[in-house]
Amino acid sequence: MSGDHHHDHDHNHDHDHGHAHSPPQPDEKVHSYHQILSIALKELLIEKGVVTAAEVRSFIEKRDSITPGNGAKVVARAWVDSAFRARLLEDGNAAAAELGFPITGTKLVAVENTPETHNVVVCTLCSCYPRDLLGLPPSWYKSRAYRARVVREPRAVLHEFGTEIPDEVALRVHDSTADIRFLVVPQRPAGTHDLDEEALAALVTRDSMIGVVRLEEGPR
Amino acid sequence: MSRLNPGEAVRVRDDYPPGHIRTPIYLRGKQGVVERYFGAFGNPETLAYNQPGPKKDLYKVRFRATDLWPDYQGSPKDTVEADLYDHWLETMK
Repeated sequence: MSGDHHHDHDHNHDHDHGHAHSPPQPDEKVHSYHQILSIALKELLIEKGVVTAAEVRSFIEKRDSITPGNGAKVVARAWVDSAFRARLLEDGNAAAAELGFPITGTKLVAVENTPETHNVVVCTLCSCYPRDLLGLPPSWYKSRAYRARVVREPRAVLHEFGTEIPDEVALRVHDSTADIRFLVVPQRPAGTHDLDEEALAALVTRDSMIGVVRLEEGPR
Repeated sequence: MSRLNPGEAVRVRDDYPPGHIRTPIYLRGKQGVVERYFGAFGNPETLAYNQPGPKKDLYKVRFRATDLWPDYQGSPKDTVEADLYDHWLETMK
């Protein structure tokens, strides 16, 4: 370091710093009982050679790479291709696989919003969600408040999401209690007739595929 | 062939056995209508104990929100649908 202070970073050596820099902070997260249990189980499985740490990491990485954009592509294709739409409503797994999104172990059922019906999805018992297509669910989807209330007072819950469903529209709440996973196909917004499939997919949001919002408008 | 057909009225068993039951409490004893048949699926009540057991027919059953909640605030058209296994559904006779 030179003695004449001609370095050009903006650290002012003359000011009164006024606070002490904190030492590095540990993670603030406190694990719950069940989180500790799952960590212990994972460590045991690795220790016993049932799985490797690399396999666990790779599985998590793969899971985390699945995004709502995959579902958006399925919805956009259904909007532009009526034959695909029919196949999607008939067999969600086969239709998703056509676009390169394999779904294993569960049955994907697409439920379509129409001028007469609006669909919304919940799992009151736990957190069932079409993870193979949309990735991990948002934290509110797993909250007890959402799970308990959306079957009891769905219109009040949707109102809190900024969504008003007119009384003449039937609200259909799907409780994912078994091996079926639901994908809401939102209504195609007005004013999007000149958009191509890719531009349409960009309009489709995660929450619209859970059904807590409607896609009201085209691009602004 | 499935035992129940779409459109058929059913009542969920009003029963509270111990174990891993995936029939929500809020639907027990309630009346609904079969919306569709999904096929036969592994039974979570035995799978939870590492017993594969026989597969069970699974149905989507539709309930009127006003039938579930006497003080329901919303449209009389609103429904709740759940996926229920055959042995939880009684026919209306």
